[in-house]
Amino acid sequence: MSGLSALFYKELLRFWKVVVQTVVAPVVTALLYLLIFSHVLEAHVEVYPGVSYSSFLVPGLVMMSMLQNAFSNSSSSLIQSKMMGSIVFVLLPPLSYLEFFLAYLGASILRGLVVGAGVLAVTLWFAPLSMPHLGWLLVYALLACGIMGALGILAGVWADKFDQLAAFQNFLILPLTFLSGVFYSIHSLPAFWQSVSHANPVFYLIDGFRYAFVGQSDTDPWLGLLVSGACFVAISAITLLLLRSGYKLRH
Amino acid sequence: MSQETPAIRVSALHKRFKQTQALDGVSLEIEQGAFFGLLGPNGAGNTTLISILAGLTRASSGTASIMGHDVVRDYRQARRALGVVPQELVYDPFFNVRETLRIQSGFFGLKHNDDWIDEIMHHLDLTPHTEKNTQSLSGGMKRRLLVAQALVHKPPVIVLDEPTAGVDVDLRRSLWAFISRLNREGHTILLTTHYLEEAEALCGRIAMLKAGRVVALDETKNLLKLTNEHCAQFRLDSENVPSAWQNRMVKGGDGNWRFNFSEYADLETLLADLRGAAVRVLEMRLQEPDLEDVFTDIMKRT
Repeated sequence: MSGLSALFYKELLRFWKVVVQTVVAPVVTALLYLLIFSHVLEAHVEVYPGVSYSSFLVPGLVMMSMLQNAFSNSSSSLIQSKMMGSIVFVLLPPLSYLEFFLAYLGASILRGLVVGAGVLAVTLWFAPLSMPHLGWLLVYALLACGIMGALGILAGVWADKFDQLAAFQNFLILPLTFLSGVFYSIHSLPAFWQSVSHANPVFYLIDGFRYAFVGQSDTDPWLGLLVSGACFVAISAITLLLLRSGYKLRH
Repeated sequence: MSQETPAIRVSALHKRFKQTQALDGVSLEIEQGAFFGLLGPNGAGNTTLISILAGLTRASSGTASIMGHDVVRDYRQARRALGVVPQELVYDPFFNVRETLRIQSGFFGLKHNDDWIDEIMHHLDLTPHTEKNTQSLSGGMKRRLLVAQALVHKPPVIVLDEPTAGVDVDLRRSLWAFISRLNREGHTILLTTHYLEEAEALCGRIAMLKAGRVVALDETKNLLKLTNEHCAQFRLDSENVPSAWQNRMVKGGDGNWRFNFSEYADLETLLADLRGAAVRVLEMRLQEPDLEDVFTDIMKRT
C-alpha cells in the first residue's frame, strides 16, 4: 500500500462509517426536493419542449447533490482533523503534498459519485429518464466532483473553525448551486440575471450534465467543458500551491 | 547507515513566529542509540524544535537531519526514520485501534504489518482493546495508542514530547519499561519532559533550552556535578548551636535544622563543633543534589 492509497482508503472508510449521514441523508433530501417541486410545478412548467418538469429537475438534483457532497467530504474531514489535532497523523508520514491532494480529492469524487448514483437510483422511480449522452454524463459528473472536492480541500485547509467553513458553504457553495439552474432554466430569467448566471461555473456543470439526460441545454456542452475544465485546473493549482507552501498545516 | 552518522543533527536552527524568537541558533547532535533528554521551561523552544524535526514546522534558517536525511530536502527518508509521540492526546474518532494502526502503517507504505502491530499492542497492553473505537478509550489507553502509532514503521529514532503529562503511575512504569527496551535494542530516544526525575533516571545526555538557546548540553552525570550544594537535615536535642554556625543553618520547628554545604569537610567541622557544644544529633538525613537543583540553577544563571 502506498501512502497515497492508504490515505485514500482512510478517507473512504471515514465517510463509509457514517454512511447514513454522508450518503443516505443527501439522497433522501434530494428525493424530498423532487417530490415537492414536481408536485407543485409539474403541471405548470415545461422548460424544454417535450421534457416534463420532473425529467428536467432530476439531473439538476443529482448534480447538486454531487456538488455539495464532494465539497463536504474533503472540507469536513480536514476541518475535523484540524480541530481534533489528528491531522498530525497525516502530516508526520512521508506523504507529499501531491499525494495529500490526490487522496482527499479521490475520496471526495467517489463520495460525490456514490451520492449522485444514489439520488439517480431513487429518483428514477418518479421521473421518466433517458441518457442519450452517457459520455457527457460521466465527464460532467467527474468534473463537478473534482472541482468541489478540490474546493473542499482549499476551504478545509483555510478554515480555522467550523464556523468559517459553514460560512464558506452557506454563502458561497449553496448560492452558487441554487442559482445555477437546478430548478429552472436560466432562459426564464431577465437578461441581466442570465448574463450573471453565465459567470457562475456551476451553471455550466448543471447545464452540461442535464444535456446528457435531455439532449437540450442552455449553452453548448463543449463550452461548458472548457469553462469547467479551466475551473478545475485553476482551483487545483491554487490548492496545490497552498499545500506545497504548508499554508496553515505546517508552520 | 554508518555508526558515525548522528541520529539527529541540528545546526544553527532559528525559528521566528511573528513576535517571538522560538529558536535562536540551536545546534546539537544526538548519537545513534542515545537516550537524550531535552529540557526547558514552557516556551523555551522544545516543542518547536521537535516540530521542525518532524516536518510540522519549517525553520526560518538552519538545518536539521534525522539519520543523515535533511528534514526538508530529504523529507521522505527523514520521516521514515522518525516516530513522534505528540504532546496532545489526539485521536481519530472514526476508527478502532487496529484500523488506526493499519492505516498509520499504510501512510508509511507498509502493508501486511499485522505481526508488528500485534507485538506493539501486546507490549503496550492494548490487545484487549483492539476492536474498540478510539473515542471510547480512556486517557491512558489513548496515550498508549499514540505511542503505538509512532512505532508502526519501526523508526530508528523516537521522539516523545512530554509523554507522561497527566499519566498514572502504572502507565508511566510500563511506558518507560517499553521505551527503555526499545532503547536497549538500538533505537535512539529523544525525550522532552517537565518531570526532571524521569529525565535524570533515563537520559544519558541532556540539553537544556532557555528562550530558544541551548544553555546546557552534557552527559547527565556531568550536569549533576555542576551543583555541589548538598543539604543535611538534622534534628538536635538542644538549641545551643554554636553562634558561628547559627547564620549558616536554617532553623525549622521541633529541633529541626537545615544545613546547605558544598564541601563535606564543612559538615565534618559542624558535627565536631556541635559535639563540642554538647549538642546531640538525634537524626540526620543527607540530600544529594538532583537534576532539579541543577536545572533551577542553570535557568537562574543564564
